[in-house]
Amino acid sequence: MKKLLVLSTALTAVSFAAQADVTVMSWGGAYTKSQVEAYHKPFTAATGINVISVDSDNPAPQIKTQVEAGNVSIDVGDVEYADAIRLCDEGMLEPIGMDVLPAGADGTPAADDFLPGAVTDCAVATIVFSTVYGYDNTKFPDAKPTTMADFFDTTKFPGKRGLRKGAKANLEMALMADGVPAADVYATLGTPEGVDRAFAKLDTIKSDVIWWEAGAQPPQLLADGEVLMSTAYNGRLFAAAVAEGKPFTTVWDGQVYEYDLFVIPKGAPNKDAAMEFVKFATSTQALADQAAWIAYGPARKSSGALVGMYNDGKTEMAPYMPTSAANLGNALASSYEFWVDHDGELNDRFNAWLASN
Amino acid sequence: MADLAANDPVLLTTSDGRPLQEALAQAQSKAKWRAFMLVAPLLAFILITFVSPIVQVLHQSVYNPKFSENMPQISAWFDQNPNGTEPDEAAYTALVADLVAAGAAKTVAVAGERVNYEMPGTRSLFTKAGREAKKLQPPFMESLTKLDENWASPELWGVMRRVSHAYTGDFYLAAVDLERSPTGSIQQVPENERVYVNLFVRTFALSAAITFMCLLIGYPVAFLLAALPMRYASLLMIMVLLPFWTSLLVRTTAWMVLLQGQGVVNSLLVWAGIIAEDQRLVMINNLMGTMIAMTHILLPFMILPLYSVMKPIPPSYVRAARSLGATSWTAFRRVYLPQTIPGIGAGGLLVFILSVGYYITPALVGGASGQLISNLIAFHVNKSNNWSLAAALATILLASILLLYWLYDKLVGIDKLKLG
Repeated sequence: MKKLLVLSTALTAVSFAAQADVTVMSWGGAYTKSQVEAYHKPFTAATGINVISVDSDNPAPQIKTQVEAGNVSIDVGDVEYADAIRLCDEGMLEPIGMDVLPAGADGTPAADDFLPGAVTDCAVATIVFSTVYGYDNTKFPDAKPTTMADFFDTTKFPGKRGLRKGAKANLEMALMADGVPAADVYATLGTPEGVDRAFAKLDTIKSDVIWWEAGAQPPQLLADGEVLMSTAYNGRLFAAAVAEGKPFTTVWDGQVYEYDLFVIPKGAPNKDAAMEFVKFATSTQALADQAAWIAYGPARKSSGALVGMYNDGKTEMAPYMPTSAANLGNALASSYEFWVDHDGELNDRFNAWLASN
Repeated sequence: MADLAANDPVLLTTSDGRPLQEALAQAQSKAKWRAFMLVAPLLAFILITFVSPIVQVLHQSVYNPKFSENMPQISAWFDQNPNGTEPDEAAYTALVADLVAAGAAKTVAVAGERVNYEMPGTRSLFTKAGREAKKLQPPFMESLTKLDENWASPELWGVMRRVSHAYTGDFYLAAVDLERSPTGSIQQVPENERVYVNLFVRTFALSAAITFMCLLIGYPVAFLLAALPMRYASLLMIMVLLPFWTSLLVRTTAWMVLLQGQGVVNSLLVWAGIIAEDQRLVMINNLMGTMIAMTHILLPFMILPLYSVMKPIPPSYVRAARSLGATSWTAFRRVYLPQTIPGIGAGGLLVFILSVGYYITPALVGGASGQLISNLIAFHVNKSNNWSLAAALATILLASILLLYWLYDKLVGIDKLKLG
């Protein structure tokens, strides 16, 4: 009996070791689907390692919570830039580093192939995404909104607005709508008067705002007619418009773009497999493949050339990318330096502002 | 027993000469031990899953070692030198040594975060110093302030002194919108940062309103349940219990479908011509949405205790009152209502306590104005990762519930509570 017990325990241990699945936590919806198609399935086909996908509104706080509690269940997390820097600073991530990353398909070394700043000590960028705003065409028979100022103008376009519940991107957009040029946004936000100005601008639409938290919500709010316009991640609007045929238009004026990065939490249960997964997923081909599923720009230059059609075979992806020249007219690169420092303080202020009537 | 011993000085003994009291205690101790072993698993379960997490939360609300653990030398310097001592070269040497060590161990940002709670914008001061500290040369007072002049700020040193003690009441101050001024006195935080007191008030006011609504709707339903003949009553009972057994999320999302701008209720009203297309009511993503959905979800917790006290009240009491000349209102007010007080108390207490801690429904249908304190606790646990503040908020909530329970006991008496 005892022998049997030992044997069965050993067998279970072996079978656990053999199925070292990689658990990847990402943002859900159309974005996770693009990752599953471009990274997870090919990775499993190539290595035999299963990939388990977990959804979250934002994986970064969960990584922090898990590492602090000493109970890490995810191997790879998909986080925003400021969060990647902060988690790395706090020693909560495994170092990855440029030297382990494969060279581009055209032979360019990784250091030259990735876009500037796309690889940090503990994180590797996969995509460039953008926070933009969009609207439902059918609700605008006459004049259509074209600028960030229009989004904040409820006299010209009366109706509800959707905004992400949090300080980031909203404050930048408020300042741009208030006439601050993109280049000066963070210098302005760095001063108390600038922060007051941003909140004052948000005040003008506060009573009309419906706050969203998950990336999948804004297209739903637009489709339900709950809001007239909503900020959203550009890829979600694209997926709703192209994949589901919704009559949505994206307004690129005042877009705030940044990287999304893969990180490996310290103490990840399958660290080695996680490292393999990150290397695989940030290779030239995988990044290029992802662009066939969602309108996010790949973080490698060598992938850019391989980006072509959407998976329906007829939609050209380039016009939908945050980084395409036509969309960068009045665009703001989100500053991780700013948010690493001010995230806590501005979110406290944001919560107080939200709770006051 | 004591009386017996006092009246009768002769010691009672058993046949084998042992004192009776001792023998009895011995015989009973076995039975007691057996009884204890029977409840031991339950006791252990409660201790592990209920009491210990609560104690941990209470502890976390006054204990935050993020700074003191990661910056031990400067913390020791603060201990040795009384408040008001100007930081000298020894202090800067200790600080730089800590920054070098914490920078290498990648914990400097953790210490910085603790300071940043009290003094926003200082986090990067620490991370930057953590990267650069190993290159600094003595005298450190000069070289560190040259790296960033903010290191000489008296406010920063005051905050560092405060956070160098792992045990602190600062999180309770923050939880009621207070802070310590640079001089150490307690003051209110600036107007645009006050949030928690308002939210506590809103939470309790909304909970009271929901409790009242539940009573208003639940009382007649419970009365019908108790008064109707059995076959109708059981049908009605199913209608009360069915939503009770349905998942909370399903019920909340059902309310979203019903109440939203293009939702069922609005569309019906527009179709019936009661309101115009552009006058659709805003019933969700605000306080009203939270109130409607929570009243519905908590209704069974009011109806069931009420029903359980109404059922055994003999109808003959009210009939007797009527036959003695009372109007139906008087008969209800003076005869029926007083007998249902224990049910009202139990239902009210249940609904109130549940709604004070409600989290999912306000998060989904509350918008900005329908958020409750529990949503902020969740925010600090899940997003801002300030667990100590979350623990302080939760502790205040727990304490106010206990206070309420105590008040109820004083006013109504807990032994009158009837939960079914």
